[in-house]
Amino acid sequence: AFFWLVSLLLSSLIWFIAVKASDSRDVPLQKGLLIFGVMFSVLLQETFRFLYYKLLRKAIEGLVALSEDGCSPISIQQMAYVAGVGFGLMSGAFSMINLLADALGPGTVGIHGDSQLYFLTSAFMTMVLIFLHTFWGILFFHGCEHRRWWEITAVVVMHLAVSGSTFCNPLYVGSLVPSYILMAVAAAWAYLLSGGSAQNLRRFLLCK
Amino acid sequence: MITFMNNSDSEEEPCNERTSLMSAESPPVPSYQDGLQASEAGEAQAHRKRRTGSSRSPNNIADGETSDTGVPVRESATSENEEEELTLKYGAKHVIMLFVPVTLCMIVVVATIKSVRFYTEKNGQLIYTPFSEDTPSVGQRLLNSVLNTIIMISVIVVMTVFLVLLYKYRCYKFIHGWLILSSLMLLFLFTYIYLGEVLKTYNVAMDYPTLFLVIWNFGAVGMICIHWKGPLQLQQAYLIMISALMALVFIKYLPEWSAWVILGAISIYDLMAVLCPKGPLRMLVETAQERNEPIFPALIYSSAMMWTVGMAKPDTPARRPSQQTRDAAEDGREDHGSPSHADSQMSETRSPVPTRPITSLDELEEEERGVKLGLGDFIFYSVLVGKAAATASGDWNTTLACFVAILIGLCLTLLLLAVFKKALPALPISITFGLVFYFSTDNLVRPFMDTLASHQLYI
Repeated sequence: AFFWLVSLLLSSLIWFIAVKASDSRDVPLQKGLLIFGVMFSVLLQETFRFLYYKLLRKAIEGLVALSEDGCSPISIQQMAYVAGVGFGLMSGAFSMINLLADALGPGTVGIHGDSQLYFLTSAFMTMVLIFLHTFWGILFFHGCEHRRWWEITAVVVMHLAVSGSTFCNPLYVGSLVPSYILMAVAAAWAYLLSGGSAQNLRRFLLCK
Repeated sequence: MITFMNNSDSEEEPCNERTSLMSAESPPVPSYQDGLQASEAGEAQAHRKRRTGSSRSPNNIADGETSDTGVPVRESATSENEEEELTLKYGAKHVIMLFVPVTLCMIVVVATIKSVRFYTEKNGQLIYTPFSEDTPSVGQRLLNSVLNTIIMISVIVVMTVFLVLLYKYRCYKFIHGWLILSSLMLLFLFTYIYLGEVLKTYNVAMDYPTLFLVIWNFGAVGMICIHWKGPLQLQQAYLIMISALMALVFIKYLPEWSAWVILGAISIYDLMAVLCPKGPLRMLVETAQERNEPIFPALIYSSAMMWTVGMAKPDTPARRPSQQTRDAAEDGREDHGSPSHADSQMSETRSPVPTRPITSLDELEEEERGVKLGLGDFIFYSVLVGKAAATASGDWNTTLACFVAILIGLCLTLLLLAVFKKALPALPISITFGLVFYFSTDNLVRPFMDTLASHQLYI
């Protein structure tokens, strides 16, 4: 969570500087800067995820060295999951919490002609992002562990795609549907990587 | 300008409280025979105490072999490696044990700030910050806040040195009385004001007899819990509540810029007072260790279940082994802050509550070690988060960012505690992170997130 926060800080710094340095009345330019800010932020987040992976790796090596039987009490997969959840929670919290605070007060959604589904779609979008961050965490760490660069690039590309799809808002079909599809793909992938299989799933569902 | 005159020293007391992470090993104190020891516990709120904890038990075999405990420290038997591993294993637990109370305190403060208007209204200032910030020019305001800070910090330094001197010359009764007076004021007066404001905000009527009953019970049980004996969780809850009340008072009565400068200056002072050889808190801790007494339990929040504290009554030798200071000695991480009284009472309360009847020393190695954090730390963390909630343009992101920053700072401090194994100041790292994140989030992240939210873009 802290790492995500730092990445957010750095990316907003860049955006802020860019905005201050540019002409604030030029609307397309501002929009362009915003898009640039978003993409840059996504890249920074993934960079920080990588840095966090490096840090956890060192920590695991330390734990292994100190433990009696040569294995660390917490595995890298668990750490990947926790890292993903941390990123997701922080990103979700930052996206939603002001919305929730405003939702407690009086007001009408979309009174100025914006979409009336604003709160609902924000909630769904945030939820899908939190899940995605969790799955990306697992995929990313797995890719780093086994040196599969294509997994890492896949995660980055997915993140960019999801963020990019939100540019279609308020045309929610363009953003929510692809995001959910990507989430299902990432979920299945992460599940398989973590050792699950169709058999396990069937057994779980049938309570065997 | 209306100034808030405190009629007792308790106002300053909270300021003086300093938290330091102590590496535990609080000398187990067998000498609780005089009731004076108990009085030490009370005063903590206002006093910042830095306790320098001794490092891990293996290195402090001498500490462990206190005659009172009668339990020879066998730490030497364990290898350094095992100790390290134990440290790390319990490390996560300790971190969680401290996260929960710090989070609770912050939640209470933020919830109050956001809902009760009283604490964000400016109704005057404390006498410790006499310079007003309503000046027309920025330079003048800055100067006033710096002057306020200097005055506040010097008050704190003077009070801390005074406390250390009292402790050194064994004026336990005086300290005890002081602590009791300050906690009395906190528990009764501030609670009354707080309750009044909360009832006003929610427009709930309450008659005086009910009010009297509620406050009387709350205060009396609090006094007993903090200064004498009580269930651990109740005591922790009371300590959290009084920290929150104190933090709310600070948030209300400190002018804005002064508050930030004071936070910065306090963490620098904390750093110096704990780590410098002549620092008052370090001297306090060392004196306490020499005398094998626990340090002012009243000012410390302790989370341990079974850490050993000196036996308050020597007539329970059977229980002594189970409460040996071995735990305390082995305690790698102690942040001291809560009232010292608690220590003496803790041992009492611990004895009847053994979760496992431990009779031999060897079993003690596996006992839970507790962490101790000074109440001043709680107060200043909550002040930072509360100020962020109050003044950050109504933004929750800033509050959340400060919260995460403080917790990460606490983690790092605990990590350092495990590495260095002596008392450490708990304020500097967390407050630095908190300040950095507050200013950067408020000025940089907020416009970015607002723009993103208005276009409903997600990153």
